[in-house]
Amino acid sequence: MKISERAKPLKDKFGIGGIICSAFLICAFLICLFADFTAPYPYELQNMDLGASPPSFAHPLGTDIMGRDMLSRLIYGGRISFFVGILATAVSILIGVFYGMVSGLAGRKTDSVLMRIVDIIYSLPFTIFVILLTLAFGRSIWLIFVAIGAVEWLTMARIARAMTLDLKTSQFVEASKAMGQSAFGIIAKHILPNLMPSIIVCAALTMPSVMLLEAFLSFLGLGVQAPLPSLGSLIKDGAEYMEDAPWLLVFPAAFFSALLYCINLIGERLTLKNK
Amino acid sequence: MIRFLLRRICESVPVFFAIITATFFMARFVPGGPFDKEKSVPPETLEALNAYYGLNEPLGSQYLKFLKNLACGELGPSYKYSGWSVNELIAEKAKVSLELGFCALIFAVAFGLLLGVSAAVLKDKPSGKAIGAFSLLGICLPSMVLAPVAILLFAIKLKCFNAMGWNFPSDIVLPSITLGLFYLAWIARLARASTIGELSKGYVKTARAKGLGPFKIYFVHVLRNAIQPVVSYLGPAAAGLLTGSFVIETIFQIPGLGKFFISSALDNDYTMVMGCVILYAGFIIAFNLISDLVLAALNPKIAKGFFDK
Repeated sequence: MKISERAKPLKDKFGIGGIICSAFLICAFLICLFADFTAPYPYELQNMDLGASPPSFAHPLGTDIMGRDMLSRLIYGGRISFFVGILATAVSILIGVFYGMVSGLAGRKTDSVLMRIVDIIYSLPFTIFVILLTLAFGRSIWLIFVAIGAVEWLTMARIARAMTLDLKTSQFVEASKAMGQSAFGIIAKHILPNLMPSIIVCAALTMPSVMLLEAFLSFLGLGVQAPLPSLGSLIKDGAEYMEDAPWLLVFPAAFFSALLYCINLIGERLTLKNK
Repeated sequence: MIRFLLRRICESVPVFFAIITATFFMARFVPGGPFDKEKSVPPETLEALNAYYGLNEPLGSQYLKFLKNLACGELGPSYKYSGWSVNELIAEKAKVSLELGFCALIFAVAFGLLLGVSAAVLKDKPSGKAIGAFSLLGICLPSMVLAPVAILLFAIKLKCFNAMGWNFPSDIVLPSITLGLFYLAWIARLARASTIGELSKGYVKTARAKGLGPFKIYFVHVLRNAIQPVVSYLGPAAAGLLTGSFVIETIFQIPGLGKFFISSALDNDYTMVMGCVILYAGFIIAFNLISDLVLAALNPKIAKGFFDK
């Protein structure tokens, strides 16, 4: 089973679209990660004489109303989005896996109480709480990670719990228990490794919603603060001047949607592969 | 069924209280008071203002007073818009937001279900695959991307709609479509996946063997089961539409509650923020309740399993 799967070319497992999306995503990630070297200009460098200029040789994606290079701002904004996406996803996965495993292992009473709590939290207007949190504790980027991560862990908790329940009664875990493996050993050796594929899929599906939430906050002016660009605040600025300078809107919007599309597509392919 | 309803209502009450309590204290934690931005106010006047609104009392007694007023349905005066009570302000703004949210929800559910089910039925045909691809595209186009692009295209270039404002009946078209499309795509994906799952089950084969027409199979037998994930998604979708309206109302300059909520939160207008959150929380809890009830009506096992747990 394993060998035949490995023998299949990557194309069949992932599809041409999946490969293109992964390639795009990896390139975009590397460019954004090394923004200090890849961006042609610093993101806050203003050129008031230039103002909002359409795409040209010196500024491939044009400049914004303060004459700041759009390409550079896009790269730095992308870095923030990736940064938030990865860190907040990691936070949410950590909380979710831990909570789900505890719930699954604890069994009956504790389990049903813990999952009922998840059900209830699932239905709360949590975006509103994130907004209040950012107001209460200042608009630091670290807070955004934590706040978003604290909101998005619910799905992971449900999945981790269901898988743990399944694994708990499987024969190899029973055997391992009979041979005297400690509870911690069972978690580390049997449950976590078996949860890994679902964790990866869930991470791929959580990341777009995390990035959306960050862009949403920045769009409302509650997220990343100027002059630091984020894709959300770039889109907001673009929307303000779209009539006279449509390139300010089109490029960030297209880049953001392309990122989301690629991550979603990869997540979808991973889900199918897992089945 | 009635027991299920009662139990769900009883469960919602503490949740509602937890929300308003958390919001009350969180709103007070926000640095600065509601009158900080009025520059030329002498300290004595500020003191008098705070005393008038009861802001210098200990937090505990403020909270109790707030609960007492809430029980009478009175949300207090707005600090920012003097002379207006929160009830009046919210009643005026919420109407606009609810209209918008309702249109977007209807649009998303009706077309989402239609697209999802037809994508499942036409699974192997090019048209079905096209719908699948469209729905994947839809969840990558959040309203903040879609709305400005739609204004650019339909209002500025083609001039079919007004770019912003809330004066004519046609003004509702662009906002509700751009707000609802993301949820439409999600619903289409959910409906597609669950319909495909249902179509492979035995009872569909039996129905076909009995000679039932496709209309009866899809809409009477399959849809009842396939719609369940969509119904349970309606609660989160309603929450998303409400918060999504913050963005849409900002872009289209619609005088609704979402835009108002953000500006009140930035202005530390406590009573206003509390009023909005209470309304939102109540609305979302009610929506979850309704979706649970519909789910229980569709699938009696759910109400039963609820008590077995």
